[in-house]
Amino acid sequence: MSFTERDTTRHPPALTPAYKSSLLRSPQKPLVALPATLSELTGPVFGHEIIGPHDADLTINHARPSHSAIGPRIIVHGRILDEDGRGVPDALIEIWQANAGGRYRHKRDGYLAPLDPDFGGCGRTISDEQGAYAFRSIQPGPYPWPNRANDWRPAHIHFSVFGHAFAQRLITQMYFAGDPLIGLCPIVNTIPDPQAIDSLTARLDMRATQPMDAIAWRFDIVLRGRRATFFENRPEGT
Amino acid sequence: MQDRPDYLKQTPSQTAGPYLHIGATPRQAGLDWPHADLGASMISDETRGERITITGCVHDGMEAPLTDALIEIWQADADGIHPGRGDPRGAGDPFFTGFGRCAADAQTGEFRVETIRPGPVPAPGGTQRPGGTLMAPHISFWIVARGINLGLHTRMYFPQDDLSDDPVLARIEHRARIATLIAQELAPGAYRFEIFLQGPRETVFFDI
Ligand SMILES: [Fe+3]
Repeated sequence: MSFTERDTTRHPPALTPAYKSSLLRSPQKPLVALPATLSELTGPVFGHEIIGPHDADLTINHARPSHSAIGPRIIVHGRILDEDGRGVPDALIEIWQANAGGRYRHKRDGYLAPLDPDFGGCGRTISDEQGAYAFRSIQPGPYPWPNRANDWRPAHIHFSVFGHAFAQRLITQMYFAGDPLIGLCPIVNTIPDPQAIDSLTARLDMRATQPMDAIAWRFDIVLRGRRATFFENRPEGT
Repeated sequence: MQDRPDYLKQTPSQTAGPYLHIGATPRQAGLDWPHADLGASMISDETRGERITITGCVHDGMEAPLTDALIEIWQADADGIHPGRGDPRGAGDPFFTGFGRCAADAQTGEFRVETIRPGPVPAPGGTQRPGGTLMAPHISFWIVARGINLGLHTRMYFPQDDLSDDPVLARIEHRARIATLIAQELAPGAYRFEIFLQGPRETVFFDI
């Protein structure tokens, strides 16, 4: 058993000069290819019992009693899949995001936009038997960031996903279809393939939208799939 | 990459950015969050094995410490079995999580993990064969931070072990670079593992 290789046409390269933080933080030597061993094929299990009743509802999980976060109310939902299209059950999904004004509850975020006393920006859940997950939140705002003179992040939600193995570990970001800032963002554009960028763009989902309550966005995540293989014990590069 | 039209395509990675602590270590980030941070504690009194601590730092190309990095570790228990999911030999030590997560200190960039020394793990193909090839005891690391577009996988090995037969280290062509994967033992059970993202001391990272 192993994993399909990481699709390097989909992921960003390490060095992406328009995203300046990558300049000093990108390895310069090639990665050493390592067929997955037990250390990569295994992974921790996070049981559903670790999830509290409000962990997946960011509108209230940091709010004072009878309050809720300010901003357009949204549902973000989808499935965690493997490359064969099978749902990945029991995947841990952790998200974090800015508030409706584009400000993070983080000591290093000094943006002018105010903090919302009723919004923390942290959520987590575990996918069900079909790989499905859902969060409630508020629409995050775009925000400026120090890179080039006038760079703005499109509205986004950060996603961290634990599948079934350490080799499947993934952190990514979800964008909202129709946001004009997506095409201008140097972090989005670290991804070379426009179709891959499109796959990070959630779609408006009126069927899951709750009348008089929250607009739904659909975002599926595809992790590396498993495949049968034999370990070839040969030195790198041969 | 082979063309596989019937398959879904992998979701691309994006940097974890500077604020990942909100989602990954909310308590440490100062949020009022009702749970302990995931991976903050790997062991309890009942855990089998030799207690060790690992400290270290992730450094950029100027050898400056990253004060916003997050490291995750994953390892076998004292018998070389991975807790959790996927190990064909069973569930391992029920009092050991095998999984650790630590945000770098916001001032110094230092991470610190308390765990146990792992046992050796069978190399692929070695599981069914008694006396099959073993990998030397090691701890898998995954590093994410602002400026890292795709999380980086590496391994920490122990300085007192015989590493000459390790099938993973055997894949590293530039033998001098193996040293970047070996921790320093500062005191009995206290290990130091420095990670360099680039430069002359660049750590070996794996495409797994
Ligand atoms: Fe962000």
